Amino acid sequence: MNLDKESRQIFQDSAREWLVDNASITHFRAQRDKQSCVSGHESWQEMAALGWPGIMVPEDLGGSGLGITELGLIIEQAGHHLCASPLLSTGLIAVSALTLCQQTDYSQAKLRAIALGELKVALALEENHHHNPQAVSAVAKQHADGWLLSGEKIHVAEAGSADALLISARTEDSNRLGLFLVSAENIEIKPLQLIDSRDHANIAFDNISVPADALLELGDESCALLDKVLDRACIGLAAEMLGTATAAFEMTLEYLKIREQFGQIIGSYQALQHRAAKMYIEIELARSVVEKALQAVDEDSPEVAVLASQAKALMGDTLQHITNETIQLHGGIGMTDEHDAGLFIKRARVTEYLYGSSAYHRDRFATLRGF
Amino acid sequence: MTTELNSFRVEVRAWLERNCPASMRTPMPDEETPWGGRNAKFVNPDTKLWLDRMIDKGWTVPMWPQEYGGAGLGIEQAQVLEQELERINARIPLMSFGVWMLGPVLLELGTEEQKRRFLPDIAKGKIRWCQGYSEPGAGSDLAGLRTKAEIKEDHFVVNGSKIWTSEADQSDWIFCLVRTDFDAPKHQGISFLLFDLESDGVERQPIKLISGTSLFCQTFFDDVKVPAENLVGEVNAGWSIAKRLLQYERQSVGKFLNKSFDIQLHDLALQYADSETGKIDPDLRSRIALQTMQNEALGLLIERMERDVDGSGLGAPTSVMKVAMADINHKRGELAIEAMGAAGLAWEGDDFTQEEITEVKGWLRGKANSIEGGTSEINLNIIAKRILGLPDPR
Ligand SMILES: Cc1cc2nc3c(=O)[nH]c(=O)nc-3n(C[C@H](O)[C@H](O)[C@H](O)COP(=O)(O)OP(=O)(O)OC[C@H]3O[C@@H](n4cnc5c(N)ncnc54)[C@H](O)[C@@H]3O)c2cc1C
Repeated sequence: MNLDKESRQIFQDSAREWLVDNASITHFRAQRDKQSCVSGHESWQEMAALGWPGIMVPEDLGGSGLGITELGLIIEQAGHHLCASPLLSTGLIAVSALTLCQQTDYSQAKLRAIALGELKVALALEENHHHNPQAVSAVAKQHADGWLLSGEKIHVAEAGSADALLISARTEDSNRLGLFLVSAENIEIKPLQLIDSRDHANIAFDNISVPADALLELGDESCALLDKVLDRACIGLAAEMLGTATAAFEMTLEYLKIREQFGQIIGSYQALQHRAAKMYIEIELARSVVEKALQAVDEDSPEVAVLASQAKALMGDTLQHITNETIQLHGGIGMTDEHDAGLFIKRARVTEYLYGSSAYHRDRFATLRGF
Repeated sequence: MTTELNSFRVEVRAWLERNCPASMRTPMPDEETPWGGRNAKFVNPDTKLWLDRMIDKGWTVPMWPQEYGGAGLGIEQAQVLEQELERINARIPLMSFGVWMLGPVLLELGTEEQKRRFLPDIAKGKIRWCQGYSEPGAGSDLAGLRTKAEIKEDHFVVNGSKIWTSEADQSDWIFCLVRTDFDAPKHQGISFLLFDLESDGVERQPIKLISGTSLFCQTFFDDVKVPAENLVGEVNAGWSIAKRLLQYERQSVGKFLNKSFDIQLHDLALQYADSETGKIDPDLRSRIALQTMQNEALGLLIERMERDVDGSGLGAPTSVMKVAMADINHKRGELAIEAMGAAGLAWEGDDFTQEEITEVKGWLRGKANSIEGGTSEINLNIIAKRILGLPDPR
């Protein structure tokens, strides 16, 4: 189900208000100055009270039964305010995995728990320096009561505050790729300090026993469920990046209107006007693709995979360009830690890396289109 | 001529072989950067040995006259020396705003007394200098500066504040632009002063950069007394000196960054290449090739420009170097972190190597290359007007 245009606006406006009051850049900065990894889990209960984790959870399981389009509006706002939270990893990625897989009591119980704000999930995928969902050495061994999992995953976003992990692993005997939802309890979680000061960790698990139901889907060489989940992850992340790009652009535009040099507002120089106009065009292009991609998921369109790569690649380049310009057009002040330009550029590069760089998605787009 | 140069090369090579310590031919960790100055620290004793040996040869400033601490080399010899240093990956013996910026200006425009007083100490790295140009309200519009110097009988009294003063808290002296006439048109009321930062009334407050280090400061002056003989050039005629210095700055920074990386991008990308195939992503590889071509082109441009003007002061073309350098170096930073993938997001902690952290912070620090020393926009304006002769709007 999707909201109509007017309700959507109200929905997004109220999210914005809450973020401004409770989880703005100022809040993020204050937390960053105290601790090196900011997860935002402290406000998760409040987000749950607003119904955010369960936006995509079916109504009969305690959610709102809305689409990714609605969640995307909130995630975009979160990106706008650099709000750290498990919303993308839990409300979008985990909920997608749990609704797209074969329904069981286990998956439904997990969806209920997510909607209640009682379960935070992180997607544990990567094992190498570069995104490669196929290159999986983590092993799943079948036994009487379920599975034994062993392996290591790197750079798992939101792992530090996660109660459970979505883990990709290959079966020991047949090398089939599966996606498991596993409690964080017996997993070793080692926090990482990355440039964006968010919650990331390397994780390790050694022969941990998980119930048979924890296997959400077992594919072959690749896992269709994982591919679908990753498409949605890319689209959700692109929505976050769109919010971040818009915020950085708005801040820059504001500065162009107030900073004076040579007795003129610097925004009166045509060279800078053109730069601002180009950024605006780039964001408009990217926004069109992100909105289309969100809609395609809700319509279950066959174009989802192509649009996911298109959105992630274009948004990656756009955000890189805009965060670079943000520093440049602010001059010296933009290079200082005190200014928000640095927070934007640091988050930008992490989002560009996550779930595949722009180069990765250009290549994937070309392949999907048969180039 | 060529035989002479050849024998010079043979001589240089042999001397370097004997005198450049082995550890000075390895990549330079940040804490071993040889900034010199009163409080110079030498974490690695070889750094001091290497500096002393180069000072003895006059090779910290090879083209300066011998009486001021140089070796009096011509441009071709100086280029041979550079090539030989590069051949063995020798570290720079001395990093210095004195060598790059103030020295050349004093050589050109200082009094004989000022040259004798300041140049040898710069060549020997005894005094560390910083640059007091920018102010909160005067960045690109540098001539809009408002730090005030009142002229008294035999001294000036300086009041005001500078910002983004790189390394001010680590430096000994400052070359500083001050306003000595508030009524004259803005370019005609500026003077160029030199003073000791330990003077009464100087305060330095470090400002943290996005890369996490405190590279620059806000610097405050409260009734700082500066002796009259520390004025360079005439009173109210400091603007042309200031611009001249910027040209030297743009030249030396362009040149320095063109060669300053210990790890080639391609080698870096190989280290983090696909673990199965050992290959670099073809899209990335092509962009690395382009950046490498451009960086080498810049090296050749610098050599060509130096030859054309015989190394003696450059004009607006230094803006070409500066803009090209900033652009190429930005690309290097972006490509480096992209090539490193997950490791390219390293901030701190023992999950990452020191090299990884250095690359990532270098990418962030490099964002300033198009801001410091005059922004790329300002330099593009200079190119458009001074080189291309394009008019102002009416
Ligand atoms: C790391 C770092 C180190 C530095 N070290 C020193 C130092 O040691 N000593 C020192 O004195 N200064 C130093 N600076 C300051 C530097 O020189 C100034 O930041 C720079 O000149 C820009 O001034 P600003 O910061 O006031 O930016 P602004 O002048 O306010 O510029 C803001 C933006 O407007 C653009 N702009 C301004 N005017 C025009 C125009 N006419 N046409 C088109 N675009 C325009 C600029 O290019 C920029 O993008 C340093 C700066 C940095 C970042």
